Amino acid sequence: MSGGVSERWSIARRLTLFLAAMVAILALVSWYMVTSFAREAAGRTQDNILAASATSIAETLRSEGGEIRLELPYSAFSMLGALSEDRVFYRVAVGDEVLTGYGDLEGPEATSGEARFATLPYRDVTVRAVSLQRIIQRDGAAVPVTVTLAQTRDGVQTIAAGLSRQAAVLSGMVFVLAVGIAAFAVRASLRPLNTMAQHLATRGPSDLRPLRRQGPPELMPLVRALNRLMERLGGSLRRSEDFIAEAAHRVRTPLAVVRAQAEIALHSVEEESQKQTLRRVIRAVDESSRSASQLLDHAMVSFRADDLTRERLDLPALVGDVAEALRPTAQMKDIDIALDMAPAHAEGDEILIQNALRNVLDNAIKYSPAETVVTLSVRNGGGEAQVMVRDQGPGFGQASATQLTERFRRGDQVEGVVGSGLGLTIADEVLRAHGGRLDLTSNEEGAGACVSLILPAA
Amino acid sequence: MRFLLVEDNAELAEAVVQRLGLDGHAVDHAGTLGAAEDCLAVADYDLILLDVMLPDGDGREFLSHHRDHLETPVIVLTARSQISDRVGALDQGADDYITKPFDFSELEARCRAVLRRRGGAAKNEITLGEAVFDPMAGTLRHGGQVLDLRNRELRLLEVFARAQGQILSKGQLLDRLFSLEADVTENAIEVYVGRLRKKLDGVGVRIETVRGLGYRMDT
Repeated sequence: MSGGVSERWSIARRLTLFLAAMVAILALVSWYMVTSFAREAAGRTQDNILAASATSIAETLRSEGGEIRLELPYSAFSMLGALSEDRVFYRVAVGDEVLTGYGDLEGPEATSGEARFATLPYRDVTVRAVSLQRIIQRDGAAVPVTVTLAQTRDGVQTIAAGLSRQAAVLSGMVFVLAVGIAAFAVRASLRPLNTMAQHLATRGPSDLRPLRRQGPPELMPLVRALNRLMERLGGSLRRSEDFIAEAAHRVRTPLAVVRAQAEIALHSVEEESQKQTLRRVIRAVDESSRSASQLLDHAMVSFRADDLTRERLDLPALVGDVAEALRPTAQMKDIDIALDMAPAHAEGDEILIQNALRNVLDNAIKYSPAETVVTLSVRNGGGEAQVMVRDQGPGFGQASATQLTERFRRGDQVEGVVGSGLGLTIADEVLRAHGGRLDLTSNEEGAGACVSLILPAA
Repeated sequence: MRFLLVEDNAELAEAVVQRLGLDGHAVDHAGTLGAAEDCLAVADYDLILLDVMLPDGDGREFLSHHRDHLETPVIVLTARSQISDRVGALDQGADDYITKPFDFSELEARCRAVLRRRGGAAKNEITLGEAVFDPMAGTLRHGGQVLDLRNRELRLLEVFARAQGQILSKGQLLDRLFSLEADVTENAIEVYVGRLRKKLDGVGVRIETVRGLGYRMDT
């Protein structure tokens, strides 16, 4: 690929610049042509007047008693004066013998019957000179008389310069106008592209529907390519979702078989050592299934957190749902889930926040002794909405909050509890993605942990 | 109680049937949605356990198809991650869901919760002396009064009620009651038996200590 800078230029800028350069070249060419036409026309006018004047002088030539005489007609010079105030030089000569005028004026070589023109330097100025020859009969002999007439070119140049200036002004105006029109046309032509980009940008993260907008035919290949890309993306998302589901199904179903068989065996064997073995099997199954779910949850959270769906969440309702879902689990240990709600709203991804709270509450239930109370409270204040989960378990011990939210890290009070150490990490990531935070405190006396999920209030 | 288990994995189905059978439940097994329809056409069930991925369709489609006319509560057995699958199943009309592999005590707890929420259609009451015990609804009624029992007390009572006259060792009770919690000693069983005895006082059933062997419930 060539050209780093121009590749990064916007199309509008590129098109406008190209068009402006083209218009500039056209304006220059037209100015140059107008200028040279003007100069040529003025020159030709001068030539015509010079020729006419020279002719009228030549016409007064006559032979009188062996001498060639002439009268300089007034009209000849008035004609020349009509064009401008330029100085006029003349010379009438027979061969090298000057009859009248400026002896040092050397015109172009004259031939009979035809006026010849030349631009030449004369007395430090440039003059336009015409020479013509007339044959006069003197004493029966034909004598060629050369009439040379010259005029300075100031007037012609002034006229040409004036025309050239006007042409320049006109060309400049045309240039400015054309660039303006080009810029407008470029913008107007690119509008469908911008509209399409805006339309795509305002789409939701999971909106992979094909573009249905009509646009100029030039955009259709892009639209088709985008639609194909979205179709492929959607397909691969569906495939990976199906794959995760399929993988989970294939892993968990055999685990469920093992667990169920082990439980049945646990009820039929009598010997304590065998029972111990079976309990270990079941705990291992629980551990791997828990790790699997949390790894999947963690992947899902990382995936969704990149592109959050934001909706207004009624926190007490959300907390109530999560509490209801985990109540049977809590009841198995005769743990009561107490609710203490104040109205509060936050903005965010409902599924993610539910999952965060679920992980925290699940932890609380797991680490709480039987017949205790886990309290869920919702508070609102200071621009923050807060969901607090307090238990009467062992607390967090010496581990710091940062350590506890690290991946695969577990507190030091977790002897004999099945867990993978991802629960708090998931909750922490969810809250960070929402601009909130996870607050971990543990009671000094060791009577319980308190985990607060803090979100910006909405 | 009568369950309909819709699950295509034969081994898991067999284990679930067997395990629920241990608690005295009758379980019919359907391997496909088609077989499940046949079962529903000829029998009444107290609860349906429904797998999501089945060879002839998606369990959730079955749910949305039946939600309008099916009285029986449904608990979905899912293998998926909680986030992606849960909401879908509940929206389709499931009463609850449980993730595979599941703890049978938890399944039982969830069944109980669902049945209680649905108004308890179960009719498997056990008479204990002068009281009537409904293990699924989790109630013990005595003389027009419902006795207040906590979850573990209920479960302990259920174990005794299903094995009236038999001697149950502390180890057996431990497994039923605490399933797999760590650091539970046989002393805990003594505590719960003690509490249950107190609550059953005057109901007409006794839990006797059989020295060196365990406990036995007699009426």
